[in-house]
Amino acid sequence: MKRVVITGAGTINALGRDVPATLEAMREGRCGIGPLEFRDVERLSIRIGGQVKGYDPVTAFNRQQLALYDRFTQFALIAARQAIEQSGLEFSNGLADGSGVVLGTSGGGLTTQDENYRSVYEEGKNRVHPFVVPKLMNNAAASHVSMEFNLRGPSFTVATACASSNHAMGLAYQMVRSGGCPVMVTGGTESMLCFGGVKAWEGLRVMSRDACRPFSANRNGMVQGEGAGVYVFEEYEHARARGAEILAEVAGFAMTSDAADIVMPSKQGAARAIAGALRDAGIDRSEVGYINAHGTGTAANDKTECAAVADVMGSQADRLLISSTKSMHGHCIGGTGAVELLACLMALREGVIAPTINYEEPDPECALDVVPNEARQADVSVVLSNAFAFGGLNAVLALRRI
Amino acid sequence: MSVKDRVIAIIAEQAVLEPADVTMDSTLEDLGIDSLGLVESIFSIEEAFDITIPFNANEPDQSDFDISSVAAIVAGIERLVNEKQS
Repeated sequence: MKRVVITGAGTINALGRDVPATLEAMREGRCGIGPLEFRDVERLSIRIGGQVKGYDPVTAFNRQQLALYDRFTQFALIAARQAIEQSGLEFSNGLADGSGVVLGTSGGGLTTQDENYRSVYEEGKNRVHPFVVPKLMNNAAASHVSMEFNLRGPSFTVATACASSNHAMGLAYQMVRSGGCPVMVTGGTESMLCFGGVKAWEGLRVMSRDACRPFSANRNGMVQGEGAGVYVFEEYEHARARGAEILAEVAGFAMTSDAADIVMPSKQGAARAIAGALRDAGIDRSEVGYINAHGTGTAANDKTECAAVADVMGSQADRLLISSTKSMHGHCIGGTGAVELLACLMALREGVIAPTINYEEPDPECALDVVPNEARQADVSVVLSNAFAFGGLNAVLALRRI
Repeated sequence: MSVKDRVIAIIAEQAVLEPADVTMDSTLEDLGIDSLGLVESIFSIEEAFDITIPFNANEPDQSDFDISSVAAIVAGIERLVNEKQS
């Protein structure tokens, strides 16, 4: 089996327009969550989110492109451009034929759907723009990345709600590891912050009106974010042969299904995924220094996740650092694992653990070191990234310093 | 139909029970209503009475709305309906 390394990273999210800006915000424990700004927001009872503010699409795309690119596609392309530029790769001939794009997204072009449903239902219009379908389809982002960079190998979209990105990156990892693909561009993207997107979440009554406070006893729900994270996963020898800078090794991956409840998480399902990723990587639990938690800030997730981590880590749980960066950038749903993987890279490369901000009160049911409020220095060589989706679909990645 | 009878009818429908089997001292757990069933019941009650119930599934104990028994729910709805009318 081949070894798989990361040779490029890109992002846009509420904390920053690129990787350095996002990592700086994470180091400083800055909060990117604020008042939502979009049409009809006054009809919502939840009015905060981790929105990408002050972003003008015209600076990144021309008019013809914007006619085809929903916001989630724009985010994916912006992140992919950064990642591929950093990798230094150009795709032609055999490399182009063998390399593809696997992206996670949950809502796809939800903003496009929202705007066009409004137009035909509320405004009574009988004609819609000809590109509504190619703009809203879930695979639009992956397809446009493949087109912009000439990636002609296997490309597809993974939709497993909040675990979409981790499932996508896990599959890309397996495709490179198997020897099937020399390079895969992977990650996730989401833009659900529109009236219909937030209204739907509001209905479930799991959203906080004021802040995302993962693991804090006074937490009162999740806060939505938006954005993308995109990476270049490359076969190790391929990367070495061309002298590429290696950001980290993707060492293992596991996915499990709770097969239990459509919204309530299961400790067993999460624990099996965490243990499975360690087994897949051939890593002992004592080596794990940091876990980037799913940490949504809901009552249900946080205590279940902590119990699952404690179960798998056993006596090692006490020295482990675990944090949820959703407290800063919000829950980017299908893009969240990809944005959060940046915190894993920062831990491995800079020895800086991103904090869980807004932490106010210890919760005995979340009795782990959640790196409250301030980033911490720590020398870690192995990290995990957790994602546990609605529907009971769990995906955990293991990364190693290289 | 009184507020109480309408609330009980909604809860009974959610629990797949006859309204007569839903007593005032029942808890939602007794009736086999889980967290999703609860959120769905609250939605149905809001729709039926055109009210907004302050309920967050993350902190059911701290919400201003008591869901510890059918009686508590009915009392809460009666209060909200009265507030709306006044």
